[in-house]
Amino acid sequence: MSDTLPLSIVNNRRMDKWLRFQPDRTLRLAVGKVELGQGNVTALAQIAAEELDVSLACIAVLSGDTQDAPDEGQTTSSQSIEVSGRSVRLVTAELRARVLDRLAQRLNCAPEEIAVEDGAFLLADAPTGHDYWNFVQPDDFVADITGTATPKPPSAYRVVGQPVPRRDLPGKISGAGFIHDMVRPDMLHARILRQPNRGATLASFDEAPVRRAAGGDFQVVRVGNFVAFVGANETVVQRAAAAAPAHAVWDKVRALTPDMAEAAWLVGQPSNDRVLYADQPPPANVVEASYSRPYVAHAAMAPSCALAEYRDGQLSVWSHTQGPYPLRDSLANVLGMPADRITVRHAHGAGCYGHNGADDVAVDAAVIAREVPGHCIRVQWRREEEFGFEPFGTAMHVTVRAALDEAGKPLDWTAEIWAATHVQRPSSGGNMLTHEALPTPPPDPRPTDPPEANGGGGTRNALPAYDFPVKRIVHHLVRQPPVRTSALRGLGALPNVFALECFIDELAERAGIDPVQYRLSLLSDPRARRLIENVADRSGWADRGPAGSGRGLGMGWARYKNKAAYAAVAVEVEVDREVQVRRVWCAADAGLVINPDGGKNQLDGGIVQAISMTLKEQVKLDATGVASLDWASYPILKFSEVPEIATEIIHAPDLPTLGMGECTFGPTAAAIGNAVAHALGVRIRDMPLTRDRIAAALLRG
Amino acid sequence: MPIDWLVNGTPVRTASAGTTPLLDVLRNELDLKGTRYGCGLEQCGSCMVLIDGKPAYACAREIGSLAGRSVTTIEGLGGNHPLQRAFLDEQAGQCGYCLSGIIMSAKALLDTNPSPSRTEIIAALDNHLCRCGAQPRILRAVEKAAAMMRQGVRS
Repeated sequence: MSDTLPLSIVNNRRMDKWLRFQPDRTLRLAVGKVELGQGNVTALAQIAAEELDVSLACIAVLSGDTQDAPDEGQTTSSQSIEVSGRSVRLVTAELRARVLDRLAQRLNCAPEEIAVEDGAFLLADAPTGHDYWNFVQPDDFVADITGTATPKPPSAYRVVGQPVPRRDLPGKISGAGFIHDMVRPDMLHARILRQPNRGATLASFDEAPVRRAAGGDFQVVRVGNFVAFVGANETVVQRAAAAAPAHAVWDKVRALTPDMAEAAWLVGQPSNDRVLYADQPPPANVVEASYSRPYVAHAAMAPSCALAEYRDGQLSVWSHTQGPYPLRDSLANVLGMPADRITVRHAHGAGCYGHNGADDVAVDAAVIAREVPGHCIRVQWRREEEFGFEPFGTAMHVTVRAALDEAGKPLDWTAEIWAATHVQRPSSGGNMLTHEALPTPPPDPRPTDPPEANGGGGTRNALPAYDFPVKRIVHHLVRQPPVRTSALRGLGALPNVFALECFIDELAERAGIDPVQYRLSLLSDPRARRLIENVADRSGWADRGPAGSGRGLGMGWARYKNKAAYAAVAVEVEVDREVQVRRVWCAADAGLVINPDGGKNQLDGGIVQAISMTLKEQVKLDATGVASLDWASYPILKFSEVPEIATEIIHAPDLPTLGMGECTFGPTAAAIGNAVAHALGVRIRDMPLTRDRIAAALLRG
Repeated sequence: MPIDWLVNGTPVRTASAGTTPLLDVLRNELDLKGTRYGCGLEQCGSCMVLIDGKPAYACAREIGSLAGRSVTTIEGLGGNHPLQRAFLDEQAGQCGYCLSGIIMSAKALLDTNPSPSRTEIIAALDNHLCRCGAQPRILRAVEKAAAMMRQGVRS
């Protein structure tokens, strides 16, 4: 594994920030990564239990708390196990070593002679009378973490690698567990009248009809162009907010047109342009094709929610944020408060697939809390607010060009990408929604994208892992998209892998070579080859049959970010008027897997969500803003549309853990694109692959 | 006017206005937080409860229409219902927000059809959305719960 210290330790060198043996014989493990529905906290507890040889049951995890847990930034990019897991392993191994060194001196033996069982220390198989709880001393926690202790070898693992049940699930199926369920003393409910866009100003607001519609008492909190309805009765403030937009008149509303919702609109817009990976210009004779994905929504099952209390100059916030510390810094910036007077604590929300409304609603609650001190302010967005104001995954238009040798294999490859930013958090040039409505709004957002070292944003997975002599990316970061865009599962990986892997199939067809054989002939990475061969075998690829029968089998693969987990996916589709994905075969290699059941859940969930996005999803716009404001206008995959999925994890326990939460996303989209082309005999290159696009493709022939 | 009805077998008298959504009464007046707000539009199924044994959306249902009726929520299953055990056995969920509603629809199905086919289970759950993509596990969990109940396992 890497010999540099993980960032999580560099930023949190104090042992007591991570670990505390508590009088009730529990071990508090504090981590900065948070549970977003992906099961990472369970896996982190497994790692700690393994290194310390304590029972999993005795570990109480505190996750995401700016007062009591380490700062691990954002929970993003499939990094919880790669980075935080590695940190927890090093921290717990080091504490174990410190304690055993001291005990060995006391017992006049070598530390290696001491065994640990369920937290108790044994010498020559006999109890020593000592355990972590009665033997640890404050001194053990004083020195900075060095990260130099040697963790257990994977061959000794007893807890890591086991399918451990999720810690949070029992509560969640018994009526508890979410931030939405929290009740605090002096709690008031609030709902928001949202500023339609940055720069819009509230010209007039007719309160009387809103009060009539609400049918109960509430107060209106107004700060600049930010308006909230606050009261003891949730039903009343919800009705007020539902009625309010019809009685508010806004100036400076940005005019939109439906064509702006299409990826093609991006081409030719003002952009920041760059060329990566190859200096020489592309050759003249190339084959090319263009692929696209529209704007897509996180579309979490629950609307965003937050609680905030302002008392005696201190602000306490509960949030389902991905990053409690970054949110604290944003709150300090928006409110003009010192960060050390703000505490942010994580509480569970609905599944989070990136930068959704979690941080924005926390700012809503905090702004209201400062206007209404001494109460706990609970803000919950409305469904149409969630769909209308969450940051979307940007549309992308990708043109792929290849110069081919006489055998039809690429000599020179270019992926040219048009996309808006994939990460627009306040730490990377973006604004909090509420901030833009306040009397002193922030400057306009600066379009930036994650650096290539972090996997890139629009460029994520655009660089083929195939052995082509020349590869090049041309990236147009479009500066002014019609909607706010930010991180959504995989960033550019889904559209880029769709383009790359579909074009590979097109080139294979052109060369008259079977797509699997074509891939293998271009690919030397043995881990990738093994996965492709695995899904080809299991899906019956050899008997695939000719194109155009209405049934199709297709494949796609990628190594997420070209450095995280590998996944290959084959799908079988049936296409009549619509695409039905019937069966899916997946093989993934994520190195050492901490919790294989949790890992499979993530792989399969990514497959289902990617099918949904590939076949059904598109944010729609009308003159005033987002027009897809409910589940009828933004449909997602239903139970009756979910296929059989057969996923295999290819275990590689001696290789570093690779984040797997996003790795099936792109391969699934590409496999569907290729399977539909096989079923129809003609290709659809624009997502979603809808009934209209099937009809158009068949007419085109 | 107060409304008399049954929640999880217990008689309750509700003071809320008759137009108040059942969901708000459950969550805010009775502190039963397991029934969840997802959309308020009867589109997602997060708020599904049983009214006289049949699945019904709670988000838009007015409490005034429930006089004398019997409502069952996830809390009424007690925590050890075969469905809840099967969902844990199968680890059938990711974020878990959709699960209360799904389990209630599954209960209504299994109460009337102890041996549902996969197709019948899908049909019973097709009004429910799950964004995390846990549907394959959820279907396995319902099948498992049905088998447990046929073997006489009770909560």
